[in-house]
Amino acid sequence: MKVIINGKEEVIEKESITMLDLLKIKKVKMIEMVTAEHNGEIVDRENFSNTPIKDGDIIEFLYYMGGG
Amino acid sequence: MKLNNEQIERYSRQIILREVGGKGQERLLSSKVLVIGAGGLGSPALYYLAAAGVGTLGIVDADFVDITNLQRQIIHSTSDIGKEKVISAKEKIEKINPEVRVITYNTMVNSQNIREIIRDYDFIIDGTDNFPAKFLINDACYFENKPYSHGGILRFQGQTMTYVPGSTCYRCIFNSPPPKGVVPSCSEAGIIGAMAGLLGTIQASETIKYLLSAGELLTGKLLFVDLLATEFRVIEFRKNKKCPLCGENREIFELQDYEQYVCEDIREE
Repeated sequence: MKVIINGKEEVIEKESITMLDLLKIKKVKMIEMVTAEHNGEIVDRENFSNTPIKDGDIIEFLYYMGGG
Repeated sequence: MKLNNEQIERYSRQIILREVGGKGQERLLSSKVLVIGAGGLGSPALYYLAAAGVGTLGIVDADFVDITNLQRQIIHSTSDIGKEKVISAKEKIEKINPEVRVITYNTMVNSQNIREIIRDYDFIIDGTDNFPAKFLINDACYFENKPYSHGGILRFQGQTMTYVPGSTCYRCIFNSPPPKGVVPSCSEAGIIGAMAGLLGTIQASETIKYLLSAGELLTGKLLFVDLLATEFRVIEFRKNKKCPLCGENREIFELQDYEQYVCEDIREE
């Protein structure tokens, strides 16, 4: 399926995945460091594993930045 | 307030802007802006706000100028090493524009003092370098109904958003501070000075736009900048119904002091 991650279209070679799976596919190690927006809605971190990702979904991964 | 001849000359290049004009300049001169953190973000923000003639600038910082600051904190000079940052910043501002009134707070913001400090200001800039302060500023501005600009930087990246009462807040997106541990300090993670300069300048621009009611603010959206890729992206964020601060089932009713730890480090690979 094709999804748009941080503005770029990406092909994921799996059909039935969750937000958590997607983070693993993207090799994100520290899930607790990521904020995810799924089709315009923020997804709670505890719901990553039960948020299905579908073809055409728009996903934003954001990371904490604390410097100033 | 009526502009005098010197003011008309000093600010002529912005007074000719349709969005500013004489009225807008008078508004800037009668405005009060608080910059929390006179560091990488606060330096350019303070410089441009002072130069633009924002009449009163408050500066909050408890640190002293260190040689490691100078690579990005451009309001401080080599001869300022060891000096209180608020004093060093105040001296530069007075050189650029002596008619700006500078109020210094040689302290760190905490749950006990922040509401009283921000209450007197029209707009607040978060130029702090740690999550406890960033969440504290967000919450305090929410409780005091104050608009503010959030900024955060790391390495070659940065992100900024503007909050006005009722808009998407920092907690709508980031909920709560990240867990500590597993993360190197600011000095280990590193930051490129130009990134701080760019983001702090955008924060100054947001401030001026807010004060003038000009253009479109970064409200309900976050600007993400990656200077390595030379990428600028604006990501829209609706208010989060589950936000612990401003959502439907609020969990936060008072300010809290999180434990201090600096500069989270996260990488995808």
